[in-house]
Amino acid sequence: MIYGEILAGGSGTRMGNTEMPKQYLQLGTKPIIIHTIEQFLVNPKFDRIIVCCPKEWISYTKDLLLKYDINNDKIEIVAGGSNRNESIMNGIKYIESTYGIKDNDVIVTHDAVRPFVTQRILDDNIKLSKKYDAIDTVIGATDTIVNSKDGKFISEIPVRSECYLGQTPQSFKITKLLELYNELTNKEKDILTDACKIFTLKGKQVGLVNGEIYNIKITTQYDLKIANAILMGVNDK
Amino acid sequence: MIVQNYRLFTPKQIRTDFVDVPLNDKEILVRPTYLSICAADQRYYQGKRDASVLEKKLPMALIHESVGEVIYDPKGEYKPHDKVVMIPNTPVETDDVIKENYLRSSYFRSSGYDGFMRSIVNIDRTRVIKYNNIEDRVAVLLELLSVAMNALEHFEGYSHLKKQRIGVWGDGSVGFVTALVLKKTFPNAKIIVFGNRLEKLHYFQFADELYQVTQVPEGVTVDHAFECVGGSKSENAINQMIDLINPQGSIALMGVSENLVPINTRMVLEKGLSLLGNSRSGYEDFEAAIRFIEDNEDVKGYLSSIISDEVIVKNLNDVNTAFEKDLTNNFKTIMKWEI
Repeated sequence: MIYGEILAGGSGTRMGNTEMPKQYLQLGTKPIIIHTIEQFLVNPKFDRIIVCCPKEWISYTKDLLLKYDINNDKIEIVAGGSNRNESIMNGIKYIESTYGIKDNDVIVTHDAVRPFVTQRILDDNIKLSKKYDAIDTVIGATDTIVNSKDGKFISEIPVRSECYLGQTPQSFKITKLLELYNELTNKEKDILTDACKIFTLKGKQVGLVNGEIYNIKITTQYDLKIANAILMGVNDK
Repeated sequence: MIVQNYRLFTPKQIRTDFVDVPLNDKEILVRPTYLSICAADQRYYQGKRDASVLEKKLPMALIHESVGEVIYDPKGEYKPHDKVVMIPNTPVETDDVIKENYLRSSYFRSSGYDGFMRSIVNIDRTRVIKYNNIEDRVAVLLELLSVAMNALEHFEGYSHLKKQRIGVWGDGSVGFVTALVLKKTFPNAKIIVFGNRLEKLHYFQFADELYQVTQVPEGVTVDHAFECVGGSKSENAINQMIDLINPQGSIALMGVSENLVPINTRMVLEKGLSLLGNSRSGYEDFEAAIRFIEDNEDVKGYLSSIISDEVIVKNLNDVNTAFEKDLTNNFKTIMKWEI
């Protein structure tokens, strides 16, 4: 089975004064999360789509789906976790208890706040997941990446041509992800903000899929303004 | 849902626009697998239309020749991965007499309306036709074939019965498929192709006689003629057709010209000729095109022979490469759409 998992656990603390989690803010004529769910919904390769959102926003998310006429039993809403990896794992726990996990099951995890993901990116993730246990979506860095350990001085400037910016989706063989995640200590779990890093820490290969420069993550009001500018003012004809 | 719409906004410059298309029962979503460049697209791309036309029509997604796979149908009539050819002509009314492609109210993709150069096409469910047993890279030429089918239907309805010698002017893609359709439809007729370049005429080996337009021997005549030239060369072609055609023949016009074309109307009158205008195609012509391929197994091979370049498109630079190659190759440039 191919599972899509849309991670909508964020509570919006980086969005300024708004109290509504960022994934529910309006982009064009719909909330951001609806755009993202639609991308997964129309891709026939997904058997199920798990949407992980904050527990208190589950009813709201269900209402939104009804409001925007998304009535498809492929989609299931489950409670996310306190951080990104926990949300991924909550989705996996739900899959395990509902459908059981088989060797070749793949999960394509994606930020709800990246509504510009394309079908090509989703397909490339699914295709490459047959080859590797973990896949990351990236774009080449155009700015120079600077590493600083203390935030005051440069520690290192990596070679730009070898630097990429991580986007999502990130896709995993579920059994492999579970196996490696369960080997982590609690401390390691706390500091791992990126699921692919679980694989690299254990010396496992992570395949790369080309993202798109416009597959942006809407995290700040500025991002939202840009996202609306990208989408608005251009009509179908 | 958000789809990427690759629009020409000024000659040779294509940008990614984002369009939020509705998911409704009327339309299905198709992911293009192949697109094919037509001379009309190339004229837009090169900026060879009047500035006023470009001003009015751009930005616009180009390409009206495309096949794809259904990815989503809310009604479930089409299944995911169904292969379909998409029909660029989109009528908004029906008429018992006038064909859909001649209704002035119809709109046409990549001519004032966005064409198929997008990540996903939302299209009315009545504007696609399923096909099987045809390679996608060949099926993308169905639109071209449907244009020949439209002209054939017109010709069969309006031309006199004496069809021993039919001439086709034009050594390009339209000339090729038109000559091929005529050869298969009228197996007892001689199909004579008149072209400009010898190396292109060599592709037309199924035809009965091949002539360079500057070296047509004395005495060569035709009962009917098809003009597949277009552009500035239309004038010479049509006047040569008028010279070589027998009385009361029909001349099917298929080539688009940006300028008015002076023709020898005196001889049109004296010979009692019929000029038949043809443009684009409709649903029934696409059906006829699919049947034509199914009924004539060798047609797939013939159509493959006029695919001059196949460009795998993963980004907009690849699209530019395809348009550049199309300028210099002999026949069709197709794009394998992996964007």
